[in-house]
Amino acid sequence: MISTLGYVFKQGFKNIFRNKIFSLATVATISACIFLFGLFYSMVENVRYSIQKAETNVAVTVFFNEGVTEAQIMQIGDAIRARSEVSSVEFVSASDAWESFKVDYLGEYADGYEGDNPLEGSENLEIYLKDVSKQSELVTYLESVEGVREINHSDVTANILTQFNRLLSYVSLGIVGILLAVSVFLISNTVAMGIAVRHEEIGIMKLIGATDFVVRSPFLIEGILLGLIGAAIPLVAVYYIYINIIEYAAQHFVILNDLLQFKSTREIFSVLIPVALILGVGLGFVGSFITIRKRLRV
Amino acid sequence: MITLENVSKSYTNDGTPALNNVSLHINKGEFVFIVGDSGSGKSTMIKLLLRELVPSSGRIIVNGVDLSKLRRGKIPKYRRNIGCVFQDFRLLKDRNVYENVAFAQRVIQTPTKKIKKNVPQMLSLVGLPEKYKSKTKELSGGEQQRVALARALVNNPPILLADEPTGNLDPRNSWEIMKLLEEINRRGTTVLVVTHNREIVNAMRKRVITVKKGVIVSDEEKGEYIDD
Ligand SMILES: Nc1ncnc2c1ncn2[C@@H]1O[C@H](COP(=O)(O)OP(=O)(O)O)[C@@H](O)[C@H]1O
Ligand SMILES: [Mg+2]
Repeated sequence: MISTLGYVFKQGFKNIFRNKIFSLATVATISACIFLFGLFYSMVENVRYSIQKAETNVAVTVFFNEGVTEAQIMQIGDAIRARSEVSSVEFVSASDAWESFKVDYLGEYADGYEGDNPLEGSENLEIYLKDVSKQSELVTYLESVEGVREINHSDVTANILTQFNRLLSYVSLGIVGILLAVSVFLISNTVAMGIAVRHEEIGIMKLIGATDFVVRSPFLIEGILLGLIGAAIPLVAVYYIYINIIEYAAQHFVILNDLLQFKSTREIFSVLIPVALILGVGLGFVGSFITIRKRLRV
Repeated sequence: MITLENVSKSYTNDGTPALNNVSLHINKGEFVFIVGDSGSGKSTMIKLLLRELVPSSGRIIVNGVDLSKLRRGKIPKYRRNIGCVFQDFRLLKDRNVYENVAFAQRVIQTPTKKIKKNVPQMLSLVGLPEKYKSKTKELSGGEQQRVALARALVNNPPILLADEPTGNLDPRNSWEIMKLLEEINRRGTTVLVVTHNREIVNAMRKRVITVKKGVIVSDEEKGEYIDD
């Protein structure tokens, strides 16, 4: 059994070198596929992460008509809190608003306003959303609520980000999908070449009484190895690109630091490495399996 | 050992069959020549015995195995009972003599230790003990056929099939191969040899089965090569 496994693996390796050009083309295509997959994955993940971070900071602020009492506002707040897309609702009284305004914008110059609150009547509800894409729905609802004077929201960033990310996901899925198909096609052709080249040997093996396992495994291993190599190369490339981009952004785009949140290399690659390798092995397996099924019947 | 009962084989639906209602029986330990013109169905018979082909009708029983009842998955195991050599040797050209013989054991999962013991033994038996490192394409035809024989026999099959084993060899090498086949038979292997070599058939005085257009026309102990 050991000697057979040895044979099977050795032949699998040898097959790759027996038709170098095809193997090279196959590895290159798989690499391109996995490389793009890695890039897209990191991009989509980071944009999603940034949006998530941004979402926790994006709030819809609702101001009320004069004469609406605090108790009524609290009631409205409860109704809003009950909505599914809402994560939390905070009541900000006029004095709270003034305090935070002073801290944010006036700093040490706030002393001149001692005593009176220029933001009288500005008590409001700050609403935080679970899902920013539902913001316009919420706004529509709020507009229909009696006593609401004004609704402040900044749907621009969140919505654009969400839509951009969705678009990016679709485009990357499409491109990766096409490359996956091309990879499978190339692997199955490379393996078919190998089978054609070793036609005689296969015939002899069958006559001697080699089982399907022994006859087929070298080609399956060839495909899987091609897939693995094709996955490993771009992983290394994406890794270096990623750490360099993070570093570069941290040094040169300090302003973006708030908007763009990078996930750590470890977070990204703890998912990307296994997924890419499994993808590579899967590609190799499917590609060679298709050919083997077609061409290697005893 | 080998029984054919009313075996017919047609490659096409119309036209004459390659084998037509052939019945024969070969006992364990026999040495049998099968002769006949080119196209008479001899190789077809070999392929049926190897279960490369299935008969269009009739029954084949080899070494107690009814081939019509043999499941696909059992074919490899079955073939390990049969060694075979051909006119074109069918060696692996990119590997040396040792590897070619070891190959037969590797693919049926023999432990490496046994392979190291068996291969040199086989190479001595066929008279090539020193050439184990040579690439097969550097060998003469006679030597190549010896390697093929060593490979066919290394797994100790009870049956040896040879389809025109001397077809590409000069008379001297042909004789040596035939003598080797006789020696192998003497050691207990049932041997079936398809050949066109009239001189050797007539000299060896073995059982001779003559096939003509897919039909057995003669089957004689200590027979002779029959012409039209
Ligand atoms: N694969 C095949 N397809 C169609 N006809 C075949 C095939 N193999 C052999 N034949 C035909 O079957 C007949 C017997 O062939 P074969 O058994 O090879 O004869 P032999 O070995 O006695 O020369 C011939 O007429 C040959 O043309
Ligand atoms: Mg023939």
